[in-house]
Amino acid sequence: MEELAGRPKSLTEQEFHYCPGCTHGIVHRLVAEVIDELDIQEQTIGIAPVGCAVLAYDYFDLDMLEAAHGRPPAVATGIKRVHPDKVVFTYQGDGDYASIGTAESVHAASRGERITTVFINNAIYGMTGGQMAPTTLEGQKATTAPRGRDTKEAGFPLQMSEMLATLEGAVYVARVSVDTPQRIKQAKEAIKKAFKVQLKGLGYALVEVLSTCPTNWGLSPQQALDWLEDNMIPYYPLGELKSVGEVE
Amino acid sequence: MSNQVALTGNEAIANAMRQINPDVVAAYPITPQTEIVQIFSQFVADGEVDTDFVTVESEHSAMSASVGASASGARAMTATAANGLALMWEILYIAASTRLPIVMPVVNRALSGPINIHCDHSDSMGARDSGWIQLYAENAQEAYDNTIQAFKIGEHEDVKLPVMVNMDGFIISHAVENFNILADEDVQEFIGEYNPEHTLLDAENPITVGPIDLQDYYFEHKRQQSEAVKHAKKVVAEVAEEYNELTGRGFSYFEEYKLDDAEVGIVALGSTTGTAKAAVDNLRDEGIKAGLLKLRLYRPFPAEEITEALSNLKVLAVLDRAETFSDTGGPVFADIRSALYNADSEIEAVNYIYGLGGRDTQVDEIEAVYKDLQDILESGEVEERVQYLGVRE
Repeated sequence: MEELAGRPKSLTEQEFHYCPGCTHGIVHRLVAEVIDELDIQEQTIGIAPVGCAVLAYDYFDLDMLEAAHGRPPAVATGIKRVHPDKVVFTYQGDGDYASIGTAESVHAASRGERITTVFINNAIYGMTGGQMAPTTLEGQKATTAPRGRDTKEAGFPLQMSEMLATLEGAVYVARVSVDTPQRIKQAKEAIKKAFKVQLKGLGYALVEVLSTCPTNWGLSPQQALDWLEDNMIPYYPLGELKSVGEVE
Repeated sequence: MSNQVALTGNEAIANAMRQINPDVVAAYPITPQTEIVQIFSQFVADGEVDTDFVTVESEHSAMSASVGASASGARAMTATAANGLALMWEILYIAASTRLPIVMPVVNRALSGPINIHCDHSDSMGARDSGWIQLYAENAQEAYDNTIQAFKIGEHEDVKLPVMVNMDGFIISHAVENFNILADEDVQEFIGEYNPEHTLLDAENPITVGPIDLQDYYFEHKRQQSEAVKHAKKVVAEVAEEYNELTGRGFSYFEEYKLDDAEVGIVALGSTTGTAKAAVDNLRDEGIKAGLLKLRLYRPFPAEEITEALSNLKVLAVLDRAETFSDTGGPVFADIRSALYNADSEIEAVNYIYGLGGRDTQVDEIEAVYKDLQDILESGEVEERVQYLGVRE
């Protein structure tokens, strides 16, 4: 009998530690399903970040390396240069990818490293307890912005995908969301494409995934999904910012 | 005026920062420091301080922004831990050599790798040669007191150096303690107004900060920095005395605990010294002449005063919560042995590396160290110079 549901092979039996309503678990699953469907589990090396996904190495049934905060794209570069025929991906949150490690993110993309990044944007520093991130929206409350982000003092939310899409080396850049079943399916397609780009050796591939953080947003899981749709998507529009014909 | 309050170590330091009211705070969250700047950002939002608070994207930028602010004549603070401190490394040296009296609480945490969030001193001990003054605390009270005294030390005209206020991660930072907090106005009066001798845009005295300095003057500037560190030792004692007059608390370089007539002694710093005091008390009840020297000032290192205080001991153990990987023991041990050598001391000194990555160190383990010292006293022989306390071998 064909199995229609179940745990992807590329996920371990370990239970996720994520908070109720957090969408990290969904994205982990999508990445694992894509790796299974492309049949690359035995060829894939993942880089875990510092942040809520720091324990990603417990969840992906892959060879994993835990990098210093913000440095996964640089570490992935080193691995990929040694194993150009293998698949190397980084899984990073906004504190990692869009804040402390911005230089590594920009320059891995600029060099056109043949790696894939899954970038979780939940507009907050989750693990350390809800401090303002570069991606925090204008007016959004955070523990270091108790009156909401004031753009006069703290500037504007960073649109990583738009910024990196300007770079020649970044050949695939897409922003997706996991707030509805339909968008989850679209997110999976984008992640799959981002891995195919790497398999074809075309350049750097980035999928930014808009995600929820009910705990630090102070919302229920359902409210958080609604908040994402009402507030994040208008500022972080969904879709492929950049694509290449060969993977279509 | 002072009030007794019950706060965590992080809350204690955040409140010290509120009372200091620095001009600029630039910080990035890192466990177990995060709370300090998070609580402080609430003070900013509530208008309780006049501070310009900058949520920078990394510790490298936090320290760089502190350098910019301090060079502009401001009181600048940041706070960090472990890998955050390591990321600041380049700028730590620049802050010290540029003679900028920045104050930074460091909530001590094990440095990666392997990645770990719990207490040891591998972060700050690695920075011991960066030119920063380093103070350590046994508890929240001392962490608070050190923070209040830090600017007065660093800004002194004979010093002009940055100050690192160390506090053990989780053990102090996240534990609630009763301690005495000064009145806001007393803190302001104690630290006084900051009038730096040189700042950017002092139109009458234009300067450049941090220009290239090659074979011509680099060495002289480093020599001046060494001299400033020497002065810092004197100033730390003066400020401690003044603080003691105000509060009745504190000591300059170290606390001596039942050391006068002790035959076997321990030197340690940080929260474990509280545990060691309990061990000393227990052993004293058994008639064992045990004592403790608790270091407050580690950089500059008060070598002569320490050897003088230890001079009655026969056998000494130095406890290090950090490894140097020199194969000759931990950092405090290296300094103490060097000091004992200079003093022509005949004290037998051994080293215990303990508590790495937050491994708990209990009273009975410290008592066992004292028992080891007694064995050495009786046999006159040291079997192992450097040992590891509480590790699975």
